[in-house]
Amino acid sequence: MSNTPQESSQEPVQVATVRDVTKVYRLGGQDVKALAGVSLEFKQGDFVAIMGSSGSGKSTLLNLLGCLDRPTTGQYLLGGHDVATLSDEDLSRVRGRYLGFVFQSYNLIQQLSVVENIMVPLSYQLPVRPDGRELSTKLATLVGLAGRLDHRPNQLSGGQQQRVAIARALVNNPHVILADEPTGNLDTATSNEIMDLLDVLNNTGRTIVMVTHEPDIAERAKTVVTLRDGLIQSIEQNRE
Amino acid sequence: MNVIQQLKLGFRSLMLHKLRSALAVLGILIGVTAVIWLVAMGEGVSYQAQQQIKELGATSIIIRTIKPSEEANSDSGSRSGIAYGLLRSDYDRIITNVPTILSAVPMREISRDVRRDEFAVSAQVIGCTPEYFSINRLPVVRGRPLAASDLRGLENVVVLAHDVAERLFPIQDPLGRAIQIGTEFYVVVGVAQDRTAAAAIGGSFSARQYNRDVYIPLSTFRKRIGDRVITVRGGTFQNETIELNQITAVVDDVASVDASADIIRALLSRYHKTLDYAVVVPKELLEQAETLRMMFNVLLLLIAGISLVVGGIGIMNIMLATVTERTREIGIRRALGATKGEIVQQFLWETVVLSGTGGLLGVSVGFLCGPTVEGVRLVIESFMPELWSTLPSTIHQLEPRLAPWSIVAAFGISVGVGIVFGIYPAQRAANMDPIEALRHE
Repeated sequence: MSNTPQESSQEPVQVATVRDVTKVYRLGGQDVKALAGVSLEFKQGDFVAIMGSSGSGKSTLLNLLGCLDRPTTGQYLLGGHDVATLSDEDLSRVRGRYLGFVFQSYNLIQQLSVVENIMVPLSYQLPVRPDGRELSTKLATLVGLAGRLDHRPNQLSGGQQQRVAIARALVNNPHVILADEPTGNLDTATSNEIMDLLDVLNNTGRTIVMVTHEPDIAERAKTVVTLRDGLIQSIEQNRE
Repeated sequence: MNVIQQLKLGFRSLMLHKLRSALAVLGILIGVTAVIWLVAMGEGVSYQAQQQIKELGATSIIIRTIKPSEEANSDSGSRSGIAYGLLRSDYDRIITNVPTILSAVPMREISRDVRRDEFAVSAQVIGCTPEYFSINRLPVVRGRPLAASDLRGLENVVVLAHDVAERLFPIQDPLGRAIQIGTEFYVVVGVAQDRTAAAAIGGSFSARQYNRDVYIPLSTFRKRIGDRVITVRGGTFQNETIELNQITAVVDDVASVDASADIIRALLSRYHKTLDYAVVVPKELLEQAETLRMMFNVLLLLIAGISLVVGGIGIMNIMLATVTERTREIGIRRALGATKGEIVQQFLWETVVLSGTGGLLGVSVGFLCGPTVEGVRLVIESFMPELWSTLPSTIHQLEPRLAPWSIVAAFGISVGVGIVFGIYPAQRAANMDPIEALRHE
């Protein structure tokens, strides 16, 4: 792909677009509309926080953006593909190539070391990168874990684990980093450190979409999208 | 990921639960060991039987006198005695009428006490011709075998079997000395080589104890001991007349054995009203033993296969637990780009590591079959001698023989079992909804 985040040009490149997506679940014989028609555009360098109360559809939207789920209707364009029509295998490939994930509970693999955890997305990419280990070591150093390369996740603090997760989200050079309550399990000081790290990444051109319910965390994003009952209630630009 | 990385990852994931994985490996280990040991013991037993039959010779045909059943001889009257068995004329007929026969040895035998001064031993007195020693592959290691001139001259000469010579002559050299059979004295001219028992042939022939034999010329036997045997059984005298106990014929080629045996059967049936003889073909016995061995092996494989399947079920159990437990990891990997196929692969590699480790360890333990059997034998022999003496000689002499095919098969089957029983848990892992899996606590 030509539009890697490093190649910044005058006009911000559109990396992901959702057009009028809906998601309907069937629960106990009743249709529940989790998303009732949402359209959003993400350009390179965006830092978007998605807010909303529980049941507003923000998790559903994040799952759709993360290609973990397909919309009931509507279009989702990512990296030139209409993701809504892809097969399960192709969705896996799209996740591996274009997306990076950061979760609330870090989601590291316990039996793997820091470097090996960072390398996991590379193991599902072809062709095999011969420099995977070096790249992962570099990223671990970038997020401040140079001295803990061979530690296991259970030997790290929560903040350190989230740094590993962020490094892992960067290793495949994704179009978009999706963060699901990245500070939800962290204390305030550590939360700020993680947000500082995301800021740094955003400033180097990374596109970040973050779901949160904490207003002070959402304030750190450039744009705040608030959902309510499966619809966009407001889109606000934060001051720099 | 390449194979080595996959194996490494599988190994490390399994190391998360060392005891659990070790138990699954143990299940496969036992199965593989069972296959190898059982086949090795089966092969050992059948090898023993085959060796014994081979000693009889693949080109030989043994014609043996058997006592007809009671009903058959009741009409001849028990008072006057009965005459049965092979005749000297049968021998002549056989050697003149069957062109494929290279040589044939007539033989007569009877149990007698053999004495030398204060030493006595009950032995089997065999009247035979000089060819007896070559046909039965029984070398005379000291002195000389019987000679044609001994037969012509009806000489009182004897060749002693190894054990008889040792019992009668514990210190002295037996050659040239006299022993007593019944009332007659015989000069020892030779001592045969030590030889263990040969096979029992088809019920008509108990295992030949070559070591308890004394050999005298057939003509001397006829003159000194005679054809008539009087035994006391149940308070009455029994009077039997037997001319020959056995004729061993050797034909020119293995291919002509069956045809020659048929001719001999046809020839004998014309002159014998009752079935007082049996024609035994060691080659047929060998074939029977081979069939038996195959059936035995199939049975053993079945038993061993069951234990391997049980091991496989153990693996499946472990893998199902693993998959449930690592639902979260599966979700993470799916989110990070793993396809369903790659998840299936990952868990299949894990089961291959489990079953492969079990297989390798099982093969190693399989190699310990010989020493283990030896050890068990030693333990029983020294701590439970009365139990030991009741065990059949097959067990006393059992030498397990590792069959290379069983090692390959056992290892292959164990890995195969691992894969077969790993597929279901792996697919269950792959078919999880990634969103659900990520939410799993």
